Amino acid sequence: MAQTEAFSVPTIDIEALGLDEGGLLLVRRALAALPAGERLSVRGRAPEWDLQLTAWCRQQGHDVETQVLADGVLEAVVTRGPWAEGRWRGALDTGHSRLAEGEMPAETADPAWGLAARGATVEAGGPSIGFGLSRRDDLWAATAGDLYRQAAAAQWDPETAIDWAAPFDLPPAIEAAVAQVMTYLIENENAALVVPARHLGQVHPQYREVQQVLALQCADEARHIEVFTRRLGLRGQAPRLSTAGGQASLHTLMLAPDFSSATFLLGVLGEGSFITLLTFLQNHAPDPVTRQICRLTARDEARHVAFAMAHLEHRLAVQPDYQTRLQNAVEQRHDELADTAGLNEEVFDALVLLAAGDLNPAAVARGHLAVQQLKLDMAAGRRARLLRLGFAPAEAQRLADLHTRNFM
Amino acid sequence: MGAVAYAPKVVTIWEGFKAWFAQQGFAFDYVLYSNYEAQVEAQFDGTLHLAWNSPLAWVRADRMARSRGQSVQAVAMRNTDCNLRSVIVVRADSPIQSEADLRGRTLGVGAIDSPQATLLPLHHLRQAGLTGGEDFTVRRFDVLSGKHGDHIGGERDAAKALIAGEVDASCMIDGNHLAFGLDGTLPAGATRIIARTEPYDHCNFTTSPDAPQAAIDRFVELLLSMQWDDPQVRPLLELEGLKKWKPGRTEFYPALATAVDEQGFYGPDGSILRADYRY
Ligand SMILES: [Fe+2]
Ligand SMILES: [Fe+2]
Repeated sequence: MAQTEAFSVPTIDIEALGLDEGGLLLVRRALAALPAGERLSVRGRAPEWDLQLTAWCRQQGHDVETQVLADGVLEAVVTRGPWAEGRWRGALDTGHSRLAEGEMPAETADPAWGLAARGATVEAGGPSIGFGLSRRDDLWAATAGDLYRQAAAAQWDPETAIDWAAPFDLPPAIEAAVAQVMTYLIENENAALVVPARHLGQVHPQYREVQQVLALQCADEARHIEVFTRRLGLRGQAPRLSTAGGQASLHTLMLAPDFSSATFLLGVLGEGSFITLLTFLQNHAPDPVTRQICRLTARDEARHVAFAMAHLEHRLAVQPDYQTRLQNAVEQRHDELADTAGLNEEVFDALVLLAAGDLNPAAVARGHLAVQQLKLDMAAGRRARLLRLGFAPAEAQRLADLHTRNFM
Repeated sequence: MGAVAYAPKVVTIWEGFKAWFAQQGFAFDYVLYSNYEAQVEAQFDGTLHLAWNSPLAWVRADRMARSRGQSVQAVAMRNTDCNLRSVIVVRADSPIQSEADLRGRTLGVGAIDSPQATLLPLHHLRQAGLTGGEDFTVRRFDVLSGKHGDHIGGERDAAKALIAGEVDASCMIDGNHLAFGLDGTLPAGATRIIARTEPYDHCNFTTSPDAPQAAIDRFVELLLSMQWDDPQVRPLLELEGLKKWKPGRTEFYPALATAVDEQGFYGPDGSILRADYRY
């Protein structure tokens, strides 16, 4: 009995299944369960199946012998070749697919891991794929996974989320002010889309959560461009003025020296201020469509700011002296923009008008006051975020005040 | 070394091997030919020390060498070059059951110079008493002649013609029979094999008569030392379609030599006899 066991060869019967009809799958699975050098007996009844099996074994480097058994059934005995194991010798380990609580991905991501899923076993000798962002501390945020899930759950459809048919009728001057503000918002959203999009393609897939957050951030900004554009044209208006100063301010975001600096300038300072602006518009906009749009976009922006804060918190925790680089980034941007006009007058006047709701002096005075308060609120918000990132109070105040007059 | 450029990957393969040989301190270079006839001839004018030859090119090189009182050796081959068979396939519902039933029918074959899809299957039928062009009609699917059937196109065209009903039977190598089944060229259950040839061997590295023995020995030694486990050479071995290089052997080529004589392809001195052979 024991002897029979010791000499028995694992056997599969593929019956009348042709090798090109799925039979190969059964053979492959049975062979995979055996160590190299072990034998597998395959029996079958499909016409000429042994011929195909022999051809396949030759390609795969398995030895095979066929014989007709006493009962007339054709048997092929396959000896498993060593090649399948050979492929995985020296294979690369890429970490864990799911991160445990507090766990982080690899400190540096190997270009040879390429596009493989994090956690996959990667065959050695594959292409080396260069990703500009392949060091964890250059881009990581502890809450990236959570922020991605929140963002995925919070996606909204411009078509149904906004009541585009809500009735309103604005005086031409106010409608024109809306068009100017929308023109300005779209320009800012273009920057908010292009900056993370440029980084996104550089993120090594090892940092999947960050890749996913940035991808959805781009989707958010694309939607913001959509709704602002649609509101702009809702009453037949065309886009209005775009100034050199405004564009110069946004251009400096595209020129930021690295991901952390760009995220700091765009996310912590810019989008942070932008939320204050959108909240202002939500409160002061003269029509229900604009108010709805600003409420929904501000909600998205809050996630963008949260990611930016989380990344900078990580970066400063592992590299405290990076604070100096951030100070330099703000100062350099301020210097570059010193000779530009800042927020364009048309936008400023349009904001005043929206807050005023009317052209009579008393209303305009109210609007002007509201916009002054908006600026103070923006600076206070920037200061609060800088304090949270560990800047000393005086420095937080100074940097908050050096921020671009263009808001973003 | 000479190699025939039957596909763009040939450059990748030999550039890769050249770099690997250089790392082992062995000076190696290759010359690409558009056809095996020019390559074999270059083995006799001092251009090449050896050539990566098709089985038909081996037969020709062997004949040319013998007729000049010289000799060539098959020094290495792929594990996948050994014990191949070709098959003759009909549609499943065809009344053709055996070789004899092909009488009066049309057989689809590959390129004029394809050992596996033309020369050897026609030789097999001849042994069964049927001569192509006399007892049955031969319809050739010539793709890239001069490349000795290395290009899969002729066999695929013959297989498609079988399914389309343009021919009554078609010839192909066993591995392509499986491949065409897997990729749907031959739908599952739509065809039946009526004949298989005896096992034969495919390509080999053929030395030239005046090749320096020490360099050939070193080349073969390095070749046989290539490991599938080595991530640097594995992609090249995969492209070239092998798991392991083996020492050459020649005892599985005689059937092809007989086919060459039967079909008047080469003369005893390796001269090209077929007037309709373009390369
Ligand atoms: Fe946005
Ligand atoms: Fe944003």
